[in-house]
Amino acid sequence: MGFFTDTSVCIGCKACEVACKEWNHVPEDGLVFTGMSYDNTQGLSADTWRHVAFIEQRKPLAGQVPGRDETTGAVAEGLRWLMASDVCKHCTEAACLDVCPTGALFRTEFGTVVVQEDVCNGCGYCVPACPYGVIDKRHGDGRMWKCTLCYDRLSVGTEPACAKACPTDSIQFGPLEELRQRADRRLQQMHASGVTDARLYGHDPNDGVGGDGAFFLLLDEPEVYGLPPDPVVTTRDLPAMWKLVGVAAVSLVSSIAASFLAGGSYRAGARK
Amino acid sequence: MSPRSAKSKLLANWPVLHQLRHGDPFGRGIAVKSETSAKLQPRTITADKVVKSVCPYCGVGCGQNVYVKNEKVVQIEGDPDSPISRGRLCPKGSASLELTTGPSRRHHVMYRRPHSAEWERLPLDQALDMVADRVIKTRREHWEWEHEGKYVRRTMSIASLGGATLDNEENYLIKKLWTALGIVQVENQARVCHSSTVAGLGTSFGRGGATTFMQDLQHSDCIVIEGSSFAEAHPVGFQWVMEAKARGATVVHVDPRFSRTSALADLHVPIRAGSDIAFLGGIINYVLQNDKWFHEYVLNFTNASHIIREEFADAEDLGGVFSGLDAEKGHYDTGTWQYEGMPVQSASGNRDAQYDRPRKSSVSGSGKPESHGSGGAGLAGEPERDLTLRHPRCVFQILKHHYERYTPEMVRDICGVEPELFLRVCTAVTENSGRDKTTAFAYAVGWTQHTTGAQFIRACSVLQLLLGNIGRPGGGIQALRGHASIQGSTDIPTLFNLLPGYLPMPHAHEHESLDDYVRGEGTEKGFWGSMRNYMVSLLKAWWGPAASADNDFCFGYLPRLTGSHSTYDTVMAQLDGKVKGYFLMGENPAVGSANGKMQRLGMANLEWLVVRDFSLIESATWWKDSPEVATGELRTEDIATEVFFFPAASHTEKNGSFTNTNRLLQWHWEAVEPEGEARSDLWFMYHLGRKIRQKLAGSTDPVDAPVLELTWDYPTEGRIEEPKAQAVLAEINGFDADGSPLASYQQLNDDGSTACGCWIYCGVYADGINQAARRKPDKEQDWVGAEWCWAWPANRRELYNRASADPEGKPWGYNKALIWWDEDKALWTGHDIPDFDATKSPYYRPPAGARAAEALSGIDPFIMQADGKGWLYVPAGLTDGPLPTHYEPQESPVTNPLYKQQRNPVRQHFSREHNRYNPSGDEQGADVYPVVVTTYRLTEHFTAGGMSRWVSYLSELQPEMFVEVSPELAAERGLENGGWATIITARNAIEARVLVTPRMVPVRIDGKVVHQIALPFHWGHNGYTQGDSANDLTSLALDPNVHIQEVKALTAEIRAGRRPRGPALVELVEQYRERAGVTAQTGMGALS
Amino acid sequence: MSISEVTKDGVHNGRPPGEATTGVNVPGGPGTPDHPGADGRYQRRRRGEPTPTSYYGQPILNKPVWGAPDIPGYLFLGGLAGAGSVISAAAQLTARCRLARASKVANATAIGLSLVALVHDLGRRGRFLNMLRVFKVTSPMSVGSWLLAGFAPATMASAFCDVTGLLRPVGALATTGAAVLGPGVATYTAALISDTAVPAWHEGHRMMPFVFASSAAASAAGLGLVAAPVAETAPLKLLAGCAALGELALTKTMEERMGVVKEAYHQGKAQKLMRGSEVLLAAGAAIVLTSGRSRARRTVGGLSVLAGSALTRFGIFEAGVASAQDPKYTVGPQRERLKNRQDIAGAQPAPTQRLDATALPEAPLGGYQ
Ligand SMILES: Nc1nc2c(c(=O)[nH]1)N[C@H]1C(S)=C(S)[C@@H](COP(=O)(O)OP(=O)(O)OC[C@H]3O[C@@H](n4cnc5c(=O)[nH]c(N)nc54)[C@H](O)[C@@H]3O)O[C@H]1N2
Ligand SMILES: Nc1nc2c(c(=O)[nH]1)N[C@H]1C(S)=C(S)[C@@H](COP(=O)(O)OP(=O)(O)OC[C@H]3O[C@@H](n4cnc5c(=O)[nH]c(N)nc54)[C@H](O)[C@@H]3O)O[C@H]1N2
Ligand code: SF4
Ligand code: SF4
Ligand code: SF4
Ligand code: SF4
Ligand code: SF4
Ligand SMILES: [Mo]
Repeated sequence: MGFFTDTSVCIGCKACEVACKEWNHVPEDGLVFTGMSYDNTQGLSADTWRHVAFIEQRKPLAGQVPGRDETTGAVAEGLRWLMASDVCKHCTEAACLDVCPTGALFRTEFGTVVVQEDVCNGCGYCVPACPYGVIDKRHGDGRMWKCTLCYDRLSVGTEPACAKACPTDSIQFGPLEELRQRADRRLQQMHASGVTDARLYGHDPNDGVGGDGAFFLLLDEPEVYGLPPDPVVTTRDLPAMWKLVGVAAVSLVSSIAASFLAGGSYRAGARK
Repeated sequence: MSPRSAKSKLLANWPVLHQLRHGDPFGRGIAVKSETSAKLQPRTITADKVVKSVCPYCGVGCGQNVYVKNEKVVQIEGDPDSPISRGRLCPKGSASLELTTGPSRRHHVMYRRPHSAEWERLPLDQALDMVADRVIKTRREHWEWEHEGKYVRRTMSIASLGGATLDNEENYLIKKLWTALGIVQVENQARVCHSSTVAGLGTSFGRGGATTFMQDLQHSDCIVIEGSSFAEAHPVGFQWVMEAKARGATVVHVDPRFSRTSALADLHVPIRAGSDIAFLGGIINYVLQNDKWFHEYVLNFTNASHIIREEFADAEDLGGVFSGLDAEKGHYDTGTWQYEGMPVQSASGNRDAQYDRPRKSSVSGSGKPESHGSGGAGLAGEPERDLTLRHPRCVFQILKHHYERYTPEMVRDICGVEPELFLRVCTAVTENSGRDKTTAFAYAVGWTQHTTGAQFIRACSVLQLLLGNIGRPGGGIQALRGHASIQGSTDIPTLFNLLPGYLPMPHAHEHESLDDYVRGEGTEKGFWGSMRNYMVSLLKAWWGPAASADNDFCFGYLPRLTGSHSTYDTVMAQLDGKVKGYFLMGENPAVGSANGKMQRLGMANLEWLVVRDFSLIESATWWKDSPEVATGELRTEDIATEVFFFPAASHTEKNGSFTNTNRLLQWHWEAVEPEGEARSDLWFMYHLGRKIRQKLAGSTDPVDAPVLELTWDYPTEGRIEEPKAQAVLAEINGFDADGSPLASYQQLNDDGSTACGCWIYCGVYADGINQAARRKPDKEQDWVGAEWCWAWPANRRELYNRASADPEGKPWGYNKALIWWDEDKALWTGHDIPDFDATKSPYYRPPAGARAAEALSGIDPFIMQADGKGWLYVPAGLTDGPLPTHYEPQESPVTNPLYKQQRNPVRQHFSREHNRYNPSGDEQGADVYPVVVTTYRLTEHFTAGGMSRWVSYLSELQPEMFVEVSPELAAERGLENGGWATIITARNAIEARVLVTPRMVPVRIDGKVVHQIALPFHWGHNGYTQGDSANDLTSLALDPNVHIQEVKALTAEIRAGRRPRGPALVELVEQYRERAGVTAQTGMGALS
Repeated sequence: MSISEVTKDGVHNGRPPGEATTGVNVPGGPGTPDHPGADGRYQRRRRGEPTPTSYYGQPILNKPVWGAPDIPGYLFLGGLAGAGSVISAAAQLTARCRLARASKVANATAIGLSLVALVHDLGRRGRFLNMLRVFKVTSPMSVGSWLLAGFAPATMASAFCDVTGLLRPVGALATTGAAVLGPGVATYTAALISDTAVPAWHEGHRMMPFVFASSAAASAAGLGLVAAPVAETAPLKLLAGCAALGELALTKTMEERMGVVKEAYHQGKAQKLMRGSEVLLAAGAAIVLTSGRSRARRTVGGLSVLAGSALTRFGIFEAGVASAQDPKYTVGPQRERLKNRQDIAGAQPAPTQRLDATALPEAPLGGYQ
């Protein structure tokens, strides 16, 4: 199961953020006025499992006639306000899960990636492993937290809290295959109606993480939303690394051996 | 378990072993699943019960499911069965769990002694007792039998504010008890919120509520959102706009700000705040000039053909004022505005428009309220009409003439909207209106809160009538109302000028007896013709057996009005020392009402104050920490006001009904008992009333008779003796002589055989069943959702739906069918319940002399109107003109391009110490306050903040007060994004963080760039997130019809940096006033 | 205009809200084009504006929660002990008893300290045993934990037996065991930090094991030079000098192969540390290699190499943390990769990665910082 978040219908209400916090008892994440449009959440973290990005741009959204006056000249460039709700991608090849030494992170029967709070020992490995900057450590708790895709709710067939709350169906929940088809149709529909900026992100099972369990329809490049343009699960390179580690270990032994060979034999009494 | 088996279990559970055993060699799945994970269960499943409820925040009225475990609420989420919300909740609704169970809720009564600097605790019962004593004492000491020689039976020493967050049943008890005690200054948020809606829509169509319902927007071909940020203030309702869009509808947003609503609109029109009448007038002109109006609809269903009196002179011909202006008094004699030969009474709005008018000065005596609808038989009957619409004095021609000068160029000069953009909007609405197309308008307080607020809404009404969009699927005017039950607290009004069901409160001078009242207020034709039935039934509900035909059904027990007693009048009366006691029943005027300083200084002049709320809001603590204490204008030890704080029960802790923005009564059930000393307002009112009655028992003083004879014996239940809300609902619904519940207001009589607490709610308890508690799931019924709860009137969801069919009763277009006349069954039938006599044929024409409902023909869809027509022109009911016309706001940097008359000549404005106005237009000193300010809402916060600033999950999303400014203005003033700015008016100065955004747009008016800034108004100095209040900048300048404040368009100066602290703040404001030459006369006077 | 129909028999052509498309049903004003976006009324981004690569400059990755000195200290000490255990065995084999003992004690101390550092860095220290809850090849930390589970007791036993003279056969076994596991312990940490999304670490994943191996060798040798008598440290002189130079060269090469991410090593804290390590390593190598039989010079040189090697670890650590904090290090290499992939794929852009002119990223405007 997964999410298709269609950012083109997001109204930036942040119901997803609040519903998630209420359901999962996620603590408040600090009162910081950022000046980053209406985004005072800034990004995903241990205490923010849904994050709504706000991007104000001087460019048009399809044929939308925006609210800038000719007299100021600004209409020549356009004005659009993108909003997008970000979440853990529940990567098909999840780096966080791969590197977790305790098995706290695991893949559930729904294909989602979940941290088990009774197992995590706060080693922190998953944090730098995640290519999307999702999972993070909760201060004063020591453990790592992120979206569980409402594992508890899924277990009884209930929709995740964020998707349920979303007023405009920007967050759609369902079986991945179905969502992917729906997303393809939606993309075609949007392209056909002239919204050429629309593109899917994370929907491709052949991408660097084997496809995201939570993928998106975006209206601009991923990095504009704070998403990596071409993330690759770091463990793809791990076999190579292990090999090189092996080689390095061997060379370490050999160089020590060599230096001892070169350093000549040693007789206990030589100093005398 | 023995240590050994524990050990072996541990080993057996060692995931390393499972890795091999479970075929999960990499240890990424089942093998590593922990015991806790295996046992995980959502609390929605483990809950003991699920209670159906309704979101307590806004008027959309989203359904909630409340999950209870061990007598604690453990989760609140959307109810998927609701046809309105379909399971969704916006961030506020989603935060309901923290709102109701969070740590910031108070559970103890608090008391502040006079002059004390601290709170102390007081037992609930003792506190209630003390309040009862104070009510009795204050009332007795300041009782008025007469006012200026007229019978008034009242006390002006006690006032009450709040009701929009409360249940209908609670509002009912408040209004009932206060009225019986002779308290007339009963007000709620409706005043400051949508009062102009009631006047605007009421005079146009007959009822003061939204004409349509949320789900119906899905059928719109075009939706114009203007004066509302739909997606932000009614987010879940906005899904229906999205549905319409998905089907191809065009969405237009006309707003000074590019908001989250604009982001999803096809067209955003940045407009100068306060100029919408010019914009709408421009569209009206476009429609008329280009023959885009819906001929058949207009001809049959509106008063286009009615002829107006010869004495009428339009504002176009009198330099911006209508005929009948008394410039000195700032009042219109509305007599000249009437239909030729037929004085009419409007269905709602200000039927007492002429109250202060010296009677003799009227052009013709026929305009007097006393004579409305009653005059000689000769006057009743058909008004004079010209169905060719060519008569120069017919409404249509007057309209055409009135709007002739509202050209695209004029729109540009007033609104700052380029003709190109304006014409796109014209195209959108006209191309999407007609037989098989409908356009809907959605608005909220971007329109209502102006000195011309009612006329903003009138302008839209005129346009929608011309386009034939009222009463039809996908059409209508969606008035997006504010609080969860603001509509309910207007229907069952905790408002000074109304009784339940929009029956006007009697006035001192003219309503001596019930007959006088009915003659003065009723109408001959239409459903108001049965007003006496409604009134008598109300009096029976209140005074039961004591009310009889012999004593005029206790009509004399009602206290009388002598002018405006709105909340703003009350504040001024507080400052004048006339008000001694004040109840805040869920309202926070220190933050939410205009001119915060006057609000707080007014409270500091009280003898006692009772605040009922969840947390210690600013209106409860101003005596120790208000901005005036910081500046030294108030000193805690000098303040003699006693303050009582009573913790309120939340919506999950009581039974009751909310009426949503579309007149839908939705019952919510108690999930848990309130903790500690928290009590429902129903409990508070009931037990306070009980105590007062106990204390007065045996009194023979006629002052006390209405209290002692009041029906006040509601059954209670449970440990805390909570009154049964359903019993109150039953009384609101009404019953017959045997006590059996009534099913419809048509059953009401005027002989005392029926009792009914609110005639328009009659039917909500039909058959003894709580119809508002019906919850037939969305999926099991059609889009109308008729079996989901209950809407007034008579469960009709779309008002005036007779207009969805042509004069012959056939749908205008096959794809726009709502109700239609079934010739075979001789019945109106369709998707909705007909808002029409179901058996009245389209061909019915009233016989001569018919009255009340019989006097309306088969083509009179606006059944509450005296003439059954939609009013393009309002001959009576409004105090400031029969047609909307553009005036500048009280404060504006612009000189009215339309007339030499700058402002609404009859606006209410007050020259008071703390209410100085900024100079406008070309007045000297106007350039000291050159920036247009508008105030608005954020999705993440709620109103004065009582329900959001104490909620951490909402506070963190918008953690600080800020001001939105354009990059252009920021550059001019050196404002830095993320930095601070100080905003200054003649009243006060506040500081805010700066958000520089291209979404704010300077407009060009008359070649001059006018900058606009926007302030969210949610902040105050208590709570989890704190900040300065926008309302410390605003002034009392009111719409004369309904006394709503102008907080959507004012002027100010903005400069970089934080504001000074302490007395230096007062000095700063004074400096600016001096520089601008502000005096007590600035901005004053009708002709200014 | 809507396709919605509400006919006498009900609603037709319903659509869910998620199918709404903004900017499509735009009404045209008279004489104006219907779709302003399509007619060039809006110009593309002004020429010369840089292509934005971030969301208000916010990092894409979360900042590693690993702390200094715990984690870089661990990398250093683990390397020291790992390489040291081979030296101990070699010393033992070549009958350099004092070197062997000093080295064993140093290994045991280092690994002990490194374990403390590791546990100290855990968010939930009481749960450190959960490290052995599973065995995951995909997790260098898991592999490392198992390695340490064998290595740490072995080094301790080896030192214990040597110092006390008890249980010599066990000691021999332990020394051998430690020597077998040691190279793994010294180098697996390279995989540990490279197996992350942190650009300054991951981008160096091909070189990192060698950097770490040489660094481990240099530090262990350096320590041996300090701790053992001149007579026994001839091999270490060579080893310390060469390993230090190797470490220097390998680190440089690693940086060079990182493209833009290299910057992370040349800014702020990381730069200072890396600079310090370079100086110390170079100087140390020079001193050691030219130390002749001077104990003092060997000690100074050894210390210098030891410290240089430590600074390398701290520098790499800090560079990683810094690189995770700046979105350009995440976006830059990925954009590059995408471009290369597209170049290879030829003119046809992948259907999902639309890179037509209108789709180029645009600066967020809310900022104006
Ligand atoms: N999230 C949230 N929802 C709410 C509330 C809340 O506080 N927060 N409050 C509830 C209440 S009490 C109410 S009454 C409703 C109000 O709902 P709205 O009326 O939608 O709320 P506002 O944001 O006050 O005003 C709407 C818009 O009017 C614009 N505006 C200001 N002046 C003018 C003008 O002169 N002309 C035009 N055309 N537009 C203008 C503002 O820029 C703003 O975007 O919302 C209800 N829902
Ligand atoms: N500048 C500016 N000013 C404005 C507006 C604007 O747009 N601009 N909008 C105006 C509008 S539309 C409105 S409606 C007002 C709103 O202004 P207020 O009504 O003053 O604001 P609220 O914060 O909604 O206050 C309602 C209080 O009721 C409490 N409450 C909730 N439920 C209950 C209950 O069951 N019982 C009791 N006893 N208390 C309860 C809440 O905690 C809250 O403190 O503000 C107006 N002021
Ligand atoms: S997005 Fe990050 S945290 Fe989420 S599954 Fe992928 S790697 Fe793990
Ligand atoms: S911090 Fe917890 S979840 Fe993350 S890798 Fe370590 S044990 Fe696993
Ligand atoms: S799926 Fe659940 S845990 Fe994940 S973001 Fe949504 S509500 Fe939060
Ligand atoms: S709930 Fe839906 S519409 Fe609201 S911010 Fe989240 S994704 Fe956007
Ligand atoms: S605040 Fe309004 S829109 Fe939001 S959930 Fe409550 S009722 Fe629905
Ligand atoms: Mo409101």
